[in-house]
Amino acid sequence: MDLSLSHVTHRYDGLEVIRDISLDIPHGQIVCIIGPSGCGKSTLLRITGGLEQPSEGAVLQIGEPPENSLNPLTYIFQDFALLPWRTVEGNVSLVLEDHDLDATRRNEIIDNVLGRTKLLDFKSVLPRQLSGGMKQRVAIARALAVNPAVLLMDEPLSALDSQTSELLIDDLAELWTREPFTACYVTHNLAEAVRLGHKVAVFSRRPGKIRELVDIDIPLQERTATHPALEEMRQHLWNLMREEALAADQELSHAG
Amino acid sequence: MPDKDWPVERKKGKPVAFRGGGFAPKPLGIIGPLVFIALITIWEWGSQAGWISPLVLPAPSEAFTAFKELAVSGNLGKHVGASLLRLVVGWTCGTVLGLIVGVSIGLFSLARAGLVPLVSAIFPIPKIALLPLFIIWFGIGEGSKIATILFGTFFPTVIAVYGGVDNVDRTLIRMGQSFGLSWTSIVRKIILPGALPAMLSGSRISISIAIVLLVAAEMIGAEYGIGAYILLAGSLMATDQLIAGVAMLSILGLIIAWLIERAERYLLKWRT
Repeated sequence: MDLSLSHVTHRYDGLEVIRDISLDIPHGQIVCIIGPSGCGKSTLLRITGGLEQPSEGAVLQIGEPPENSLNPLTYIFQDFALLPWRTVEGNVSLVLEDHDLDATRRNEIIDNVLGRTKLLDFKSVLPRQLSGGMKQRVAIARALAVNPAVLLMDEPLSALDSQTSELLIDDLAELWTREPFTACYVTHNLAEAVRLGHKVAVFSRRPGKIRELVDIDIPLQERTATHPALEEMRQHLWNLMREEALAADQELSHAG
Repeated sequence: MPDKDWPVERKKGKPVAFRGGGFAPKPLGIIGPLVFIALITIWEWGSQAGWISPLVLPAPSEAFTAFKELAVSGNLGKHVGASLLRLVVGWTCGTVLGLIVGVSIGLFSLARAGLVPLVSAIFPIPKIALLPLFIIWFGIGEGSKIATILFGTFFPTVIAVYGGVDNVDRTLIRMGQSFGLSWTSIVRKIILPGALPAMLSGSRISISIAIVLLVAAEMIGAEYGIGAYILLAGSLMATDQLIAGVAMLSILGLIIAWLIERAERYLLKWRT
């Protein structure tokens, strides 16, 4: 299943935050959206997954999601959004309980996703006992449990320290290599975008428009932090972003 | 092995003065009971020595004797039983109704718009002032007493519960929606557990209000009950019995506070 954003414009109380975005999220690829803070990229992601309605334009679903997909459009949030009163297992189980699955099937799914995210030993641990990186792994496991057609990731590594996020980038790349998934990945971190993105869309400052759409053809497993072609790409993207970030930084806040 | 580049000998100078610490009260389990024991000992000693007149304040030992007499006469069970029944029924009904209304206010715009002003208008009225009305409406028997406690606990519960529902982390609710959870699942599995801490701290307040109202209600037309016992002792100037009755209330309050704390510790062990 592909997703296609077609001429999406969004306003909050007359203030235009996104202007005329058209973007394809093709099956089996990770599309990164990168831009300065306040450029409306998180809003766009909420619109993409149906948590918000765009003022104009539409998000189109092309093709049907796989039949065993319980929740075709699934989010991974920046602040993890784990229920603090449920264990790791309980948090994954939460998203399966509303579906018609018997207990054995549910446990199979839970064990499978916790195994894929290397969390099997932490099944009965409460979130408060986990580090930030582990919490986000639980959130990733929860997202994988519903077998999503498209993963919508809203700055999933921004709340983590740089070492932890480096490790999680590797984990995500490995997850994708073993079983390619479709994702829209919003971030303000260039390093994440060039490591994980098959396509990178650079947003301008508010109102957010796509300034440039860059394809990165290097396979994910070959990308390392010091890959020369990637470094060049990173530099190119940074030059594009630089002036936007600078201008966005100097703008007075209209939020709130 | 000593490192030559690193100066081993102490340099001259004074250590930086420590100025952190404090502002973090620690639990000291022994102090609380000690304060009680010290106060009662001083009181008893003062009465024995004669500088506290038995007319002004009877000695703790006298109050304890009055309590023993009450126990021997067999009326202790009747008084405490009658009070506990009113307290439990009134508080439970008030809390359940308060939960229902509080959650509705937290979830539905119509309930919020319609009921919040009403709650704000009735909450500050001392329910004791309404007692004569309750007697007309519900009779002089158990009905008016339970109604007083029910009304008294209902309003603080409503306010605590809807505050708790309002404070549930919106990102968790958004998460529930994004995974396609049903409305009932979101309420049952996200909103209610999220509001539980506020509900429990609300119950601490409502139970104290319930005890205050219990005594007030029992002072009118009750044969048995701790409040009736205190009222009778007061009108006979039997201050030793009065102190015994007041002590019973205080112990009742302590036991309930302890129970709520146990419940909090068990139900909220997920909190940091």
